Amino acid sequence: MSDVNGKNIDSGKDNHRIKSVSRMKEILTGYYIDAKTARENGKKVAWITSGGPVEPLIAMDVIPVYPENHGAMVGASKMGVDLCQKAEEMGYSSDLCSYARADIACAVTQGGPIGGLPEPDFLVCCNNICGTVLKWYEVVARHYHVPLFILDTPFIHREMKKEAQQYVMDQIYEYIEFLEKQCGRKMDYDRMNEVGVLAVEGLRLWQAVLDTATHKPSPISAFDAFFHLGLIVTLRGTQVTVDYYKGLLDEMNERISNNIAMVPGEKYRLLWDNLPIWYRTRWLSDKFASHNACLVADTYTSAWSGVLPLIDENRFLETMSLSYSNVYINISHDMMINKLREMIEKYDADGLVMHSNRSCKPYSLGQYDLQKMVMDQLKIPTLIIEADMVDERHFAESQIETRIDAFMETLKS
Amino acid sequence: MSDPKITAGIDIGSITAKAVVMRDGNILGTRVRFTGYNAKKAGQDVLDGLLSEIGLMPNEVATVVSTGYGRNAVDFADKAITEITCHGAGAWFINPEIRFVIDVGGQDSKVIRLDNNGKVVDFAMNDKCAAGTGRFLEVMARALEMDLEAFGDLSLAGTPAKISSICTVFAESEVVSLIAKGETRENIIAGIHESVASRISAMARRIGIVLPIMMTGGVAKNKGILQAMEKKLGAPIVVSGYAQVNGALGAAILAGRM
Ligand code: SF4
Repeated sequence: MSDVNGKNIDSGKDNHRIKSVSRMKEILTGYYIDAKTARENGKKVAWITSGGPVEPLIAMDVIPVYPENHGAMVGASKMGVDLCQKAEEMGYSSDLCSYARADIACAVTQGGPIGGLPEPDFLVCCNNICGTVLKWYEVVARHYHVPLFILDTPFIHREMKKEAQQYVMDQIYEYIEFLEKQCGRKMDYDRMNEVGVLAVEGLRLWQAVLDTATHKPSPISAFDAFFHLGLIVTLRGTQVTVDYYKGLLDEMNERISNNIAMVPGEKYRLLWDNLPIWYRTRWLSDKFASHNACLVADTYTSAWSGVLPLIDENRFLETMSLSYSNVYINISHDMMINKLREMIEKYDADGLVMHSNRSCKPYSLGQYDLQKMVMDQLKIPTLIIEADMVDERHFAESQIETRIDAFMETLKS
Repeated sequence: MSDPKITAGIDIGSITAKAVVMRDGNILGTRVRFTGYNAKKAGQDVLDGLLSEIGLMPNEVATVVSTGYGRNAVDFADKAITEITCHGAGAWFINPEIRFVIDVGGQDSKVIRLDNNGKVVDFAMNDKCAAGTGRFLEVMARALEMDLEAFGDLSLAGTPAKISSICTVFAESEVVSLIAKGETRENIIAGIHESVASRISAMARRIGIVLPIMMTGGVAKNKGILQAMEKKLGAPIVVSGYAQVNGALGAAILAGRM
């Protein structure tokens, strides 16, 4: 993600710039202003984890705020080291996820790119992405003295058993009760259905945008997807999101008809795994582009729409237990390798670049095994880059440059 | 190698700069000097020095390829190629049977797997950590107040003392306390070598070892490391007389293909 002004995001060379970027910045700026002025407008603010069920919040007219999204902004604004160090001074371990460190420091110092996030009225934490968020949200709940709802989604090894589905479903209804209590009014289920339909429409459009990368040359790269992902995470289930992605999809199709490539002279198509390195998106995109390589897809931005086959838009609430439990990092390696296989085939990728992200353990754990599986079973070269999504202290430029150059030399030879 | 043109390879490592000049697939000469703080100057000097030594003029060199960490600083080179590809090419040139290259450099170590045609299939490098590198050995030599050159032969007689820490700084203090406990230098150095060898063999296993193995880089001259590595890998390791300049050699070979 970028800061609100998107100034650190690489969107290709000037003549290849994606025009929708400015609309996106406008929407995000408006969204953050709404969130910051929620109190004055009598609206509630809920902090929610990136993989959490936002649709009921939208249906209840609560403004969702994403600390992780904000963490990405911190990273893109290159403010990560400073804020992480502040959190470390407060006693948090440097091994803690840098989103958590940066956000906790922002909450206390009102620092960061937008002077801190608006205070929450309550918190919603879903552990389908990691265990870190549980403790992180407990800290936030104590700091602001606000209630916390935890949605516990079991890890999926092979398939989700009926009992597990029921277990999550029961919690979805508890979640709605919790929201009703916080907002002092009942859930309007017609509105909820509407939001569900809009959410699915948004997800389909987003997936369609990502799928334009199957075209050769690709009109979009993962570096663009990192930016344009913003709305599918934060404002899923709203009309504005649906409209935005319609516009973006049109633009991508137009680029295809005009044969505009995101990486001019695209020769190599690569897949990216894990979160972006927010403070180095431009450097990395230039680096790969200098080798005529385009990162055509990634496991991260497709994580939200990846569960589409599990959602029934007409029974949105009922299918939420499945869709929220089966997100990419809550599934086993056997399931992950299948997803990777699908993506490698679909986007016709020549190689896989994995970011071993010091912050995000659940995403990075087992990457070496996955790498082996990819090389043995899918027979494409892979590269592992060690870094961190926000904490720049873990980025060693010359080492990473050598690895990328060597990897590309191997691919070319 | 039928091209009669003269090519040069320059390898700017973190500690030393190396140059190799070739003609028609034959090595005309090699040279090594300290890199110092100015990588570009080191590259220029090492090549100039070598050219005057073998009686060639700079303009007789058709193509120059640079490699190593300072590869992009050598702006007079026609192309910069990473040390992974160059070490692969160098080892392949010396012995086309080689399928696996281990290079222990000043600030990083790498393992490279080659296919039947000498093409790099996979590689791994140590990350952001000096353990298992030439720098690690230097720090240890300093702790022992010894010359690194003397390490190799001395350790052959020793029984490895246990050095458990991976971190270079902690390992240094471990060495200091071993000295205080009266452990012999031979055993300490053998322990140091074993520690480096375990780091590298773990990395080698990660990408899958294929025989025969060649070790390159200045550290390959150290018989103690070589022995420790052979023990860890359970296989013999080939070392060529050009081990230290192998990266520059590969660069000169690749320059010939341009
Ligand atoms: S550990 Fe990973 S999944 Fe959890 S909050 Fe941090 S980045 Fe997100």
